[in-house]
Amino acid sequence: MKIIVLIKQVPDTTEIKLDPKTGNLLREGVPSIINPDDRHALEAALRLKEAHGGRVAVLSMGPQQAIDAVSEALGMGADEGVLLSDSAFAGSDTWATSFTLSRAIRKMDGFDLILCGRQAIDGDTAQVGPQLAEILDLPQVTAVCGISSFEPGASGRSQVLRRVRGGYQRLNCTLPALFTVVSEINTPRCPHMERLLRACKTKTAIKHWNCADLGLKTQEVGLAESLTQVITTFPPKTRRKSEILEGDPRSVAGQLVDRLQDNKLI
Amino acid sequence: MPSVWIDYDRCDGCGLCAKKCPYDAVEMRDGIPHILEQCTCCALCLEACKRGALQTDLTARTVPDFSAWKGVWVFAEHQQNALQAISLELLGKARELAEQRSETVSALLLGDQGDPLVQPLFTAGAHRVYQVQDPRLRHYTTDAYTKSLARLVEKYKPEILLIGATDIGRDLAPRLARRVGAGLTADCTELSIDPEEGILLQTRPAFGGNVMATIVNRFSRPQMATVRPGVMEKRAPEPLQGELVAEQLEGGDQDSRVEILESWTEEGERIDLSKARVIVAAGRGAASSEGLELLEQLARSLGGELAGTRAMIEEQWLPDDRQIGQTGQTVRPELYIGCGVSGAVQHRAGMAASRYIIAVNKDPRAPLLSVADWSIVGDLFQVVPELISILSRRI
Ligand SMILES: Cc1cc2nc3c(=O)[nH]c(=O)nc-3n(C[C@H](O)[C@H](O)[C@H](O)COP(=O)(O)OP(=O)(O)OC[C@H]3O[C@@H](n4cnc5c(N)ncnc54)[C@H](O)[C@@H]3O)c2cc1C
Ligand SMILES: Nc1ncnc2c1ncn2[C@@H]1O[C@H](COP(=O)(O)O)[C@@H](O)[C@H]1O
Repeated sequence: MKIIVLIKQVPDTTEIKLDPKTGNLLREGVPSIINPDDRHALEAALRLKEAHGGRVAVLSMGPQQAIDAVSEALGMGADEGVLLSDSAFAGSDTWATSFTLSRAIRKMDGFDLILCGRQAIDGDTAQVGPQLAEILDLPQVTAVCGISSFEPGASGRSQVLRRVRGGYQRLNCTLPALFTVVSEINTPRCPHMERLLRACKTKTAIKHWNCADLGLKTQEVGLAESLTQVITTFPPKTRRKSEILEGDPRSVAGQLVDRLQDNKLI
Repeated sequence: MPSVWIDYDRCDGCGLCAKKCPYDAVEMRDGIPHILEQCTCCALCLEACKRGALQTDLTARTVPDFSAWKGVWVFAEHQQNALQAISLELLGKARELAEQRSETVSALLLGDQGDPLVQPLFTAGAHRVYQVQDPRLRHYTTDAYTKSLARLVEKYKPEILLIGATDIGRDLAPRLARRVGAGLTADCTELSIDPEEGILLQTRPAFGGNVMATIVNRFSRPQMATVRPGVMEKRAPEPLQGELVAEQLEGGDQDSRVEILESWTEEGERIDLSKARVIVAAGRGAASSEGLELLEQLARSLGGELAGTRAMIEEQWLPDDRQIGQTGQTVRPELYIGCGVSGAVQHRAGMAASRYIIAVNKDPRAPLLSVADWSIVGDLFQVVPELISILSRRI
């Protein structure tokens, strides 16, 4: 039994600050983390492995420093890791990302299940999972919040719970398949110190593949292969009056109600 | 690999290239720009430079001829025989975009008993409805819906295709985009047509709402986008009559790789915050039964709904259908009052479009104050009772 978990290293967006003058992102000093949903995906994979045996591999595409995310995943219990890193991958949109990831998965030998996070907190698109499922012609279930049965094998199937607006769905899915998971599914474990240190020191369980290793040309990946392009970025607008009401509680409450009345809000 | 470099003889150190770069790949050091490793050769800096100091060996990608692709399409999502609000919001926006392109709007209606929904689609702005009726489309499934829609796209070639960023839309859109070979932009909050190029400008928050990015899709059709529920405005209904085009679901044996065993909704009436005119949002500063009681009263006296931050949902003070923000709902009420809400970006991402914003917070540096119209720096346990008592006298 083999599960591949897709993990992305992302800046911790709760720690991002904006330059008050230019409104640009100040990325310096922003810590990088494993995308929160992906941690839950890894935890789900590790629990399936504990129940059914087998192996868990993590796959990540990103700059060299994403090795930290892969090492951390090994520290949590993954058996092997693959990092796709090449300057040609820069600027990939989800079209190009899912394509590149699919090539790597074809190079890894077989799987029963692919687990992704539902969405990454930086790009925030929730597109990579379904697009990868499409390329690999796999059935997909998105926003999985529980895996109630898992029977890998020749005519494998799995029963999952999916969160949909206003309720839940229970689904039966043939394996191999791709699921994207949400944080409700479990509480991820912390990395095991010894494993983590071993992963960081030896790094033998981590493979590095670049564009050529995937049998791809540079013009087939990254921005060159992307269908969408970012043309501008700008700070979110705030065009508010920003008036601070002053006085004791009764007086400020009165001033506020006056403003509500003046603006016909009540 | 192609690259971008700087001809320092021409550079005057104005820094426009660094400002323009969406990837933070141009760094100004001592007034001189340097191109960093993360450069993607997107070439936007070339356009920004007034002195032609930025150079590249990049060959421009040619844009294929898309003149056969016409019209704006909207995926009509429905549940229990009623159109979802997002479908009407998208039709409103689609009309605006179609007018700028001198084109028409079509809605895509899939299901097993669509007839009662056709007229409401016309009324909401569709010139045409493509209807696929089949018992196998009764419930949404990824495979059957992707297959049907891909066929329609390939047959009729729309220029733009909009889908709601709902649970269904987010499952469907990426799969469909990949199948028809189109780029897709997620969770847009603004859409417009570029007056020169005539392409769709898709704007969305990124990095947890810290920045807005405008994205285009030059090299494929349809130009696909998902749009967050609650951010676009519906059009006033018009008694329009349009054209109905019936289509078949082809391929007799739909593969059933995923089977829905059961679906259930949670107990109780789930509320739809996007319809509320007034919202009182509770943050961790109100995390006590007394605090919530006060805010509930305030909401009631204004005829509004009580909602909250993710912290309040995580700590189980409020049910999860009341969460506002990036991972909750987007709301745009007439009046939003945040009490004990710090205003983290992920929260603001879901409420910044409210018409009027009020913040009640002890901390004058809370970020919510910077997006508020009026702020009260004070203890909500003192301020809110005063508000309730004045309101009870004045309205
Ligand atoms: C991936 C991700 C997604 C997220 N999505 C969302 C989302 O969708 N929605 C969301 O809301 N959050 C979201 N968050 C969480 C967000 O970052 C904040 O942690 C959260 O919004 C903070 O909630 P809060 O304002 O209630 O609490 P706090 O940040 O703890 O703020 C409490 C505020 O109350 C004030 N206060 C305390 N006592 C009083 C008093 N007596 N009177 C007046 N003021 C008082 C304090 O000054 C403070 O400003 C997300 C985070 C992540 C990482
Ligand atoms: N560069 C990447 N490397 C590995 N996994 C990724 C990458 N980008 C996206 N994913 C996976 O796809 C999910 C959704 O990402 P996104 O579509 O960017 O929101 C993530 O939670 C990851 O599991």
